[in-house]
Amino acid sequence: MRLTVDHVTRYRYDTPVRSVVQSHRLTPSVFTGQKVFDWEVTVTEGTKGARHRDGAGDVVQGWTIAGPVTEIAVRVQGTVETEDMAGVLRGHRETVAPDCYLRETAPTRIDVALAALANTATGADTLALAHALSAAVAGAIAYRPGVTHAHTTAAEALTLGEGVCQDHAHALIACARSRGIPARYVSGYLFATEDGTPHEAAHAWAELHISGLGWVGFDPANLSCPDARFIRLGSGFDAQDAAPIRGIARGGAREAMDVTVAVQQSAQ
Amino acid sequence: MTQFNEMFQGVEVRIPYARLKDWVATMPQELRSLKQAEAEALFRRIGITFAVYGEGGDPDRLIPFDMFPRVFSGAEWSRLERGIKQRARALNAFLVDVYGRGEIIRAGRIPAHLVYRNEAYEKAVAGFVPPKGVYSHIVGVDIVRTGPDEFYVLEDNCRTPSGVSYMLESREIMMRMFPDLFRENRIEPVDTYADKLRRTLASVAPARCTGEPTVVILTPGHFNSAYYEHSLLADLMGVELVEGQDLFVDGDHVWMRTTEGPQRVDVIYRRIDDAFLDPLCFRPDSMLGIPGLMDVYRSGGVSICSAPGAGVADDKAVYTYVPEMVRFYLGEEPILQNVPTWQCGRPEDLAHVLANLPDLVVKEVHGSGGYGMLVGPKASRDEIERFRAKLSEDPANYIAQPTLALSTVPTFVEQGVAPRHVDLRPYCLVGERIELVPGGLTRVALKEGSLVVNSSQGGGVKDTWVLAE
Repeated sequence: MRLTVDHVTRYRYDTPVRSVVQSHRLTPSVFTGQKVFDWEVTVTEGTKGARHRDGAGDVVQGWTIAGPVTEIAVRVQGTVETEDMAGVLRGHRETVAPDCYLRETAPTRIDVALAALANTATGADTLALAHALSAAVAGAIAYRPGVTHAHTTAAEALTLGEGVCQDHAHALIACARSRGIPARYVSGYLFATEDGTPHEAAHAWAELHISGLGWVGFDPANLSCPDARFIRLGSGFDAQDAAPIRGIARGGAREAMDVTVAVQQSAQ
Repeated sequence: MTQFNEMFQGVEVRIPYARLKDWVATMPQELRSLKQAEAEALFRRIGITFAVYGEGGDPDRLIPFDMFPRVFSGAEWSRLERGIKQRARALNAFLVDVYGRGEIIRAGRIPAHLVYRNEAYEKAVAGFVPPKGVYSHIVGVDIVRTGPDEFYVLEDNCRTPSGVSYMLESREIMMRMFPDLFRENRIEPVDTYADKLRRTLASVAPARCTGEPTVVILTPGHFNSAYYEHSLLADLMGVELVEGQDLFVDGDHVWMRTTEGPQRVDVIYRRIDDAFLDPLCFRPDSMLGIPGLMDVYRSGGVSICSAPGAGVADDKAVYTYVPEMVRFYLGEEPILQNVPTWQCGRPEDLAHVLANLPDLVVKEVHGSGGYGMLVGPKASRDEIERFRAKLSEDPANYIAQPTLALSTVPTFVEQGVAPRHVDLRPYCLVGERIELVPGGLTRVALKEGSLVVNSSQGGGVKDTWVLAE
């Protein structure tokens, strides 16, 4: 499937800010199921800084904006060719040991309720167990925007019983780790089809490490493994660690953020 | 438990201390008191009052200085030196390996979880080899002695070991107060440390840096307990002492604000923890770091010493495996021994520890500064029972070691001179070359019989001599 992305993140400051620094994970991953045709990130008045590929295989690009500015727009535009790999991340170059992703972080900390949820899942093998965990999370946390926020933890989302893709991913990661399966947070885009499933175009899901297969994506929000509708950007321990944009502006101004994402199927 | 006295074997004086016998015997009591007061005044004047090793406590408290030096013969030192350098090489090889292919783990020589699930393991630098393959540029190795030839390593410090200012100032003060001693004894100098440190740091500048590298020391600020040391080292090396706000990222590089405009920085000797280095990579609430630093670092625009992630090598649970690292990476037998250590996370070790608590020292895996530890032979029955409960609750959080009969060195006390227990922290520099200044920081437990040398628990410091052969 050929998908085009137009993703704009706009930051507005109530007073002018100087020396804004950002770190981007905004470049699609390269693996068997995903090819990049063209891709461009622009930042208003920004200077491209250091660029590297990290141990998890993500391209990380630094940006600086000297300022003073009161508004910054980060615009991502590009075209990606995707293929349904049933969620398997094949041909992806990375060096981080999977065992690293057994470590807890604050938003993915296991509590009694999450552990109990994880223990309801059964499977003949790790792959089956992973599917069962994903289904259990989907069943326990209903999709509902506006209930949770950026800092909601997996445990809190489970208590609420509602959340968005970030909460589903955190909960699945916590449950998987508690069952000894390395798990990580993946950020990306989702092309919304007309079938009525809830979705967010700026999307997130989880990858679980299954011996023999490697990393496999699971998306509790859509009750599926990532297929050709998904574009993978980068990964991390949790949402903050995998964030497509991390930035900081010196000088105490109040920041307002506004995001628009359009993912469309392109006519070839 | 027989304790090795480094000066006296019965009535015999061991050779390295030979000349000190008369020095102390002929020193009148009044002169001694005078000198002690002078030393204290000097320490106070230079403002060196911080707690060693970030132990907390009152930052303005003066750490007691004991004038009786601790002495090593050239031969004793040469063996220590080889052992310390060997350890520093192995620790760095380990760090490059675990952020690369992890051969030592694949070979089954160290359990994967101790490394990859370790809080100090930084995923952000996986796959990265710092310049010259060095992660830990200053390795502080804590060593205790139990006999003429028996030395044990208590722990390694691969991040930013502090205390070297005590080594430098203790020497300075001793030379000022007792110039004759330094004429009568051929004592190896330690004041080359700052030069060597500067050379070490410059030698690991990024490959893209041409010309003389700009080195800075990054401090958390004047409220930090080791600020004195940061400023002393900056002075001695002739480099800038900066805080996070003095540096910024622009384009591919890190820059320092100066009165003549921005100056490019090539090497950062940081005295702040990984978590605070860069809010865009680690803790987002850090005000001490430099936003964007890690992106520049990973793309080879700046060197950070010690390299982020170095801490995974000095974890108390990983410590047990250092002799294994020496064998695995260097194909050598360790010259310095570890203290036998029980990992309470292992059921069979835990059983042994619980059965022998009154004889053991039990420490928290991530603890430091002598807090939260049990010294079995000195503990009351109540304390032992409290520790037994803590151990059973979270065994993996503890390690245990036998109580070692630490060596003693004569020390000035109220009643004259008496033996007190000591340890040693030398500072090994690792860059293009591996260097060790002949000396280190000797800490002394001033309380009679005490084995805890930490300054927060009544410890003091001594000048450490290495005699020229």
